[in-house]
Amino acid sequence: MSTAMNKAELLPAEPKLVQNFSWKKILKRPEAGALGGAILVFALFFVVAPPLRQVDALTTVFYESATIGIPAVAVSMLMIGGEFDLSAGVAVTTSSLAASMFTLTLGGNLWFGILFALFLSLGIGWLNGFLFVRTGLHSFLVTLSTFLMLQGLNLALTKLITGGVATGDISTLPGYASAHAVFASTLKFDGMSLSVAILYWIFFVLLATWVLLRTDLGNWIFAIGGQGDSARAVGVPVRKVKILLFMIVGFSAWFLGMHMLLMYDTVQSGGGVGNELLYIAASVVGGCLMTGGYGSAVGAALGALIFGMSTEGVIYADWDPDWFLFFVGATLLAATVVNTWIRVRASKGK
Amino acid sequence: MSDQSAPIIQLSNVCKSYGNIDVLRGVSLSVRRGEVTCVLGDNGAGKSTLISIIAGLVRHDKGIYAVDGEAVEFGSPRDALNRGISAVYQTLALVPLLPIWRNFFLGSEIKKGFGPFQRLDVKTMKEQTQENLLRMGIRVPDLDRPIGTLSGGQRQVVAIARAIHFGARVLILDEPTAALGVTQSGLVLKYIVAAAREQGTGVIFITHNPHHAYMVGDHFVVLARGEVETDAPRADLSLEDLMFHMAGGAGLDALKHELQRKMPAGEAVAGSSAA
Repeated sequence: MSTAMNKAELLPAEPKLVQNFSWKKILKRPEAGALGGAILVFALFFVVAPPLRQVDALTTVFYESATIGIPAVAVSMLMIGGEFDLSAGVAVTTSSLAASMFTLTLGGNLWFGILFALFLSLGIGWLNGFLFVRTGLHSFLVTLSTFLMLQGLNLALTKLITGGVATGDISTLPGYASAHAVFASTLKFDGMSLSVAILYWIFFVLLATWVLLRTDLGNWIFAIGGQGDSARAVGVPVRKVKILLFMIVGFSAWFLGMHMLLMYDTVQSGGGVGNELLYIAASVVGGCLMTGGYGSAVGAALGALIFGMSTEGVIYADWDPDWFLFFVGATLLAATVVNTWIRVRASKGK
Repeated sequence: MSDQSAPIIQLSNVCKSYGNIDVLRGVSLSVRRGEVTCVLGDNGAGKSTLISIIAGLVRHDKGIYAVDGEAVEFGSPRDALNRGISAVYQTLALVPLLPIWRNFFLGSEIKKGFGPFQRLDVKTMKEQTQENLLRMGIRVPDLDRPIGTLSGGQRQVVAIARAIHFGARVLILDEPTAALGVTQSGLVLKYIVAAAREQGTGVIFITHNPHHAYMVGDHFVVLARGEVETDAPRADLSLEDLMFHMAGGAGLDALKHELQRKMPAGEAVAGSSAA
């Protein structure tokens, strides 16, 4: 090796290699804004809503957050991969309805219905992905279409099969007890009761974080969202990964759908509308870029936690629950402004 | 200094047409180990079609494309990569928001562990990235920085180093200095020379800057309207010759005479009489 290339005379001298801890490094993480936001919202309701200071209230907050957070984990992965899914909200209801009506109509064990709903949800995810890569349309349009179609199917098929807007009670079906234990049980720790959904949520967040940061698939998800053409040029199977991401959202919709079904035993066919925007908002508050290639699952979890705290905080503070949406909007705006500012600084290497 | 053995890539009389338009009309070209072959030409001269054929993006219609003396027909860029032929495009190289080390190994990640627990070997990848960066004179304190924070020249160099690290014997560089300033171009040019001389890589350097080409080139091919206008080793060509051929060669002389007839003073074209 000649000396010419070893000398770095064209470059400014750079400081020594990374130190292990620095505030700058933490502030540069995608979830930094959401963490700050979560602390602020918690502090606010800690002051104005005294009941929120109790453990019971906190577990309720976590439960509320989990019902937003489980799909939001998948949606954040999809957004990092550069795409939207507007059908995720109603897809949860579709899954619940499918499992419920399948078993109630055909009879047999509830688990068959649950399995049927799993295939259906993965199928919807696959269809979203397939239509997206095949038509080349923006995922916003593709999933807006499937969202409206699913909403129509939910209402129409429920009316056709049950004659009403809700499904019958599933609590007497065989397999109910075990399914309830898996999807909707409540764990008791000396006086404190904790929905199993919270544990699943934490597990999914950890799993998604591991996949995103420590596997080649995660590397590819960031790459296809950041610059799909570059990823394709170095051999990343862009289309397959996109379809897989839509199917992961489908899976999360199924999982939450099963939890909801076994929590309430019946399903309202019109439910779920609007929640897709909450999942997207949680992801964006958590640092996901609308354009893809940047974000984190932990951030989306913090975003969901902010919304969970807002929902319950508004109730515990004895305010009108309608204030919740105002909070969601205000948080979304504040978080995106802060995140953008942080990212601009980060991309300049500060 | 360069190895004058058998060429790695040899194109003989390669033709390509799209419909009625002949884009390449009998182009011959060879790339040897450790040699920088510069391909120059005006817009529409057929440079990008030529790269696309060599990189496996499109197939040629007539003529022979041989790698290591064996005629080939590539169906995709992957086929070309498997023969050690790698193209680095100006815009298609990297994902700006992705950390430096992740970019370096994108699509060829090093993994450890088994089955569902298979995971990225972050430590090894970071070490190898750091090694490669230092070898080309790029010092970064934090490999987790998005690669978009590197300068344009540094990014181009990282993309080239990556291609070499993953076994490129022939590098096709598509206008690597076109969007760069003087200092940044210098960085890339130095690395092109280093890649050829020290690693023995065959380089096809596509550019329309004769100054850049002459600084690093061993062999020059000037394309004009799909044909080889000039094909000469460095020894047979001065920078002035190269600029003359680049500017249009014999055609330019005719144009000059025509313009001089119309403008007796001739001042307007005085500067173009470089040849």
